[in-house]
Amino acid sequence: MSQIATPATGVEKSRKALDRAVIRFAGDSGDGMQLTGEQFTTESAWAGNDLATLPNFPAEIRAPAGTLFGVSSFQLQFGSQRVYTPGDRLDCLVAMNPAALKVHLRDLKTGGLLIVNTHAFDKRNLDKAGYAANPLDDPTLAERYRLHKVDMTGLTHEAIKDLPLNTKEKDRTKNFFALGLVSWIYTRPLEPTLAWIEKRFAKNKDIAEANTRVLKAGHAFGETAEIFAEHYAVEPAEMAPGLYRAMTGNRALAWGILAAAQRSKLPVVYGAYPITPASDILHELALHKRFRVRTIQAEDEIAAVTAAIGAAFGGAIGVTASSGPGIALKGEGIGLAVTAELPLVVLNIQRAGPSTGMPTKTEQADLMQALYGRNSEAPVIVLAPATPGDCFYIAYEAVRIAAKYMVPVIVLSDGFLANGSEPWLIPDASTLPPIDIQFRTEREGFFPYLRDPATLARPWVKPGTPGLEHRIGGIEKQDVTGNISYDPENHDHMVRTRAEKVRRAAQEIPPTSINGPATGDLLVVGWGGTYGSITAAVERAQADGKSVASIHLRHLNPLPPDLGHILREYRKVLVPEINSGQLVRVLRAEYLVDAVGFNRVRGLPLASDEIHEAITQLLGSKS
Amino acid sequence: MSPSEAGAKEAPKYTKKDFESDQDVRWCPGCGDYAILSAVQKTMPDLGIPKEDIVFISGIGCSSRFPYYMNTYGFHTIHGRAPAIATGLRVARPDLKIFVVTGDGDGLSIGGNHMLHVLRRNVNLTILLFNNRIYGLTKGQYSPTSELGKVTKSTPVGSADRPVNPLAFALGCGATFVARTVDRNIPHMDEMLKRAAKHRGTGFIEILQNCNVYNDLAWNVIYDRESKVQHELRLEHGKPLLFGPPDDRRALIMEGVTPKVVRAKDVQGSVLWIHDETNVNAAKLLADLFAPDFPVPIGVLSAVDAPVYEDLILDQEQKAISERGPGDIAKLLTSGDTWKIS
Repeated sequence: MSQIATPATGVEKSRKALDRAVIRFAGDSGDGMQLTGEQFTTESAWAGNDLATLPNFPAEIRAPAGTLFGVSSFQLQFGSQRVYTPGDRLDCLVAMNPAALKVHLRDLKTGGLLIVNTHAFDKRNLDKAGYAANPLDDPTLAERYRLHKVDMTGLTHEAIKDLPLNTKEKDRTKNFFALGLVSWIYTRPLEPTLAWIEKRFAKNKDIAEANTRVLKAGHAFGETAEIFAEHYAVEPAEMAPGLYRAMTGNRALAWGILAAAQRSKLPVVYGAYPITPASDILHELALHKRFRVRTIQAEDEIAAVTAAIGAAFGGAIGVTASSGPGIALKGEGIGLAVTAELPLVVLNIQRAGPSTGMPTKTEQADLMQALYGRNSEAPVIVLAPATPGDCFYIAYEAVRIAAKYMVPVIVLSDGFLANGSEPWLIPDASTLPPIDIQFRTEREGFFPYLRDPATLARPWVKPGTPGLEHRIGGIEKQDVTGNISYDPENHDHMVRTRAEKVRRAAQEIPPTSINGPATGDLLVVGWGGTYGSITAAVERAQADGKSVASIHLRHLNPLPPDLGHILREYRKVLVPEINSGQLVRVLRAEYLVDAVGFNRVRGLPLASDEIHEAITQLLGSKS
Repeated sequence: MSPSEAGAKEAPKYTKKDFESDQDVRWCPGCGDYAILSAVQKTMPDLGIPKEDIVFISGIGCSSRFPYYMNTYGFHTIHGRAPAIATGLRVARPDLKIFVVTGDGDGLSIGGNHMLHVLRRNVNLTILLFNNRIYGLTKGQYSPTSELGKVTKSTPVGSADRPVNPLAFALGCGATFVARTVDRNIPHMDEMLKRAAKHRGTGFIEILQNCNVYNDLAWNVIYDRESKVQHELRLEHGKPLLFGPPDDRRALIMEGVTPKVVRAKDVQGSVLWIHDETNVNAAKLLADLFAPDFPVPIGVLSAVDAPVYEDLILDQEQKAISERGPGDIAKLLTSGDTWKIS
């Protein structure tokens, strides 16, 4: 973003065109920053921009006001070009209190726009944030950033002084002042927010009126106050034509399951125990009973997975979800589904660990758990969505493949994808691949472990089918008959068969799409929620003239059949991950390539700047 | 008809043999499980349910081998989780008749949590809990129902755990049908199995069962002919709580809020405790009674009506579909805030 010109009072404010901007709203947990960010996102979507969001909030429900750990923030990047990430450094920071300033200031670019609510900078809040003196009085702040001190609380109260609301209720509307002001600065349409207020507060006219007035007051303040010399326009992005909606990863997973329920014509039993950041999938599915989705809020994680397995035994689609700690508890159940050869979908919304870790922060360190985190050899299919919207397709695919191969499928989403939002091109539901499930009813020649020659799947039989009464279980079985067997050769055969069945699912994987040249100096390989950061970094390196390409794996077990070939077409391979090197280890073991990792495990998405730097370094080094 | 009503199809005329599977039964010779298996197979034809609609679900332990020996659908799952598996199955398939077979370790130790929740939810299924007060399959450690001070391989100088009472536990969880029977009393087992299987909601039966290898005659108080006459209290709805030999009948009465044993001939008819299966508070008192100070109650302690879990879930689903039609993903995808880019 270019530097702002010296304010010239009295002239019409100029509007500058920007390609993109990164904004963060930060305040106390009770300041409504998530809502502000979401509304700004909707306005930007309306404006036709591409965008990516990063909500970031404390795990505590009501963290003590004014504290550093009670700060909640919402970041988004929007642009007239393709936007892959929520952005690394901020063009604009809105800080509603001293704690928010202290936590987030370091991410603001030098010369960036800094808007603070001066009202919150009192002795008490300064103490809580650990400021000895008011940072707003420090002249270096205004030298380094374009600082705008606005008494948002005071202006808010002024705008609604005649409304019959108490002080607390009036205070609570100040986030709309911030939203109105920033909406003016970036020329966002207010219509979606006005419509939202009307709908949300339909039953409380005074609150609706207050929020509306405060929003407009913030907007008008930007227009008329002498302090903002110019504002910005971000033109609509060139995006594929079609109908769009905002989509978060968790909602997309839920809707993918719904789509699969409708296409398969089967009921879904969704077993879940509340856990951050997976609970929203349960909340969403519970709203859609018309799709014959039966949600069970189970007594624990083990009951959640085993209820799903029981449902699968009954011929329904069994789905469970959790995050890392809960997946650990489900391990034995997943192993049962492996050996009973029943379809099961397990959604893991990864978060920072180990143990409780940082529940609201993202990580992608459960890949090894998904691949190997069960006793003995219990292979499962592992898929990972690349973007929030991709979660829809991955969930649908998980159901389809699980049923086709009679095997559990683990989906590795993460906290960033789960809560992050993107403008999503709504698919034509009729173009989704069919989910054609044939339950066995034929008595002649039936055995419970008779296998389909192409997939090695055993027949799926619904209890209630006459003449096919049979027993299955966790004890090793003789192939074909399903009788209990301790025969050494049979066990060896079954271990190999279960692995081969998963391997055969590779035939479902489309050719890997390569972003960049088909051969060259460097291939960047990613998986999961790092798609945006990697793509942005790689495209920048390509613009630098470097011979770099990237691929993003959505299938982690089995791996794409063409992967080994692709890896050998580049001199070097870089694998950025939010873990200490898990996929890189798999690639090295599987393909004997000298892939190197780029690893940061901070509970945050990878910054595309640092990936770009890693690319540059790797290509600069002689070898 | 309720969505979870089984038995719409007419069942053929079965015999016990129709429910015997082709698998060799692998319990120790003399195990009480044989008698239970036989009683269950014998009871099945009387339920009038096509055998393809019957499912046996078990966890881990000696008792949990049960499904392999029933010629119905069956699932031998993992330790303690049978109630959860069965809950998922029931929610998916309310048309099936589901039995859960478990033991004192499987159902009350590793699976205690699931037992609690299946009972409070009142899922429509029948739970057979074989209580032999010992871990058999792992070769003789004390179980959660073993008496305090039990000497086993894992407790050479006696266990420090106080036992849990399965009946009191079940009633405390809000179970709607709770009964006790004995592996050596085949006719009584038959009767209890039928009652439990016909109950709408969770039917819970504790079956006192003998492990002749690791805990022989743990229930001798009601096996031994002489002791049984002295202690067995047959619960019958609407009948007074009387027990003991004909020449020395005893009555169980309430003194204040405390059960008390008295000579039957010493009490007036109006003081007698008349068994009422619908009185859950009375059942809770009965559940705690045991020899030698009290009789051992056998029969149905409690049978009450309560909403059934999967009925409520499926009613919500039916209501949503009848009010707004079946779900349509194409409509959902384009619902709410959308915008067009051309």
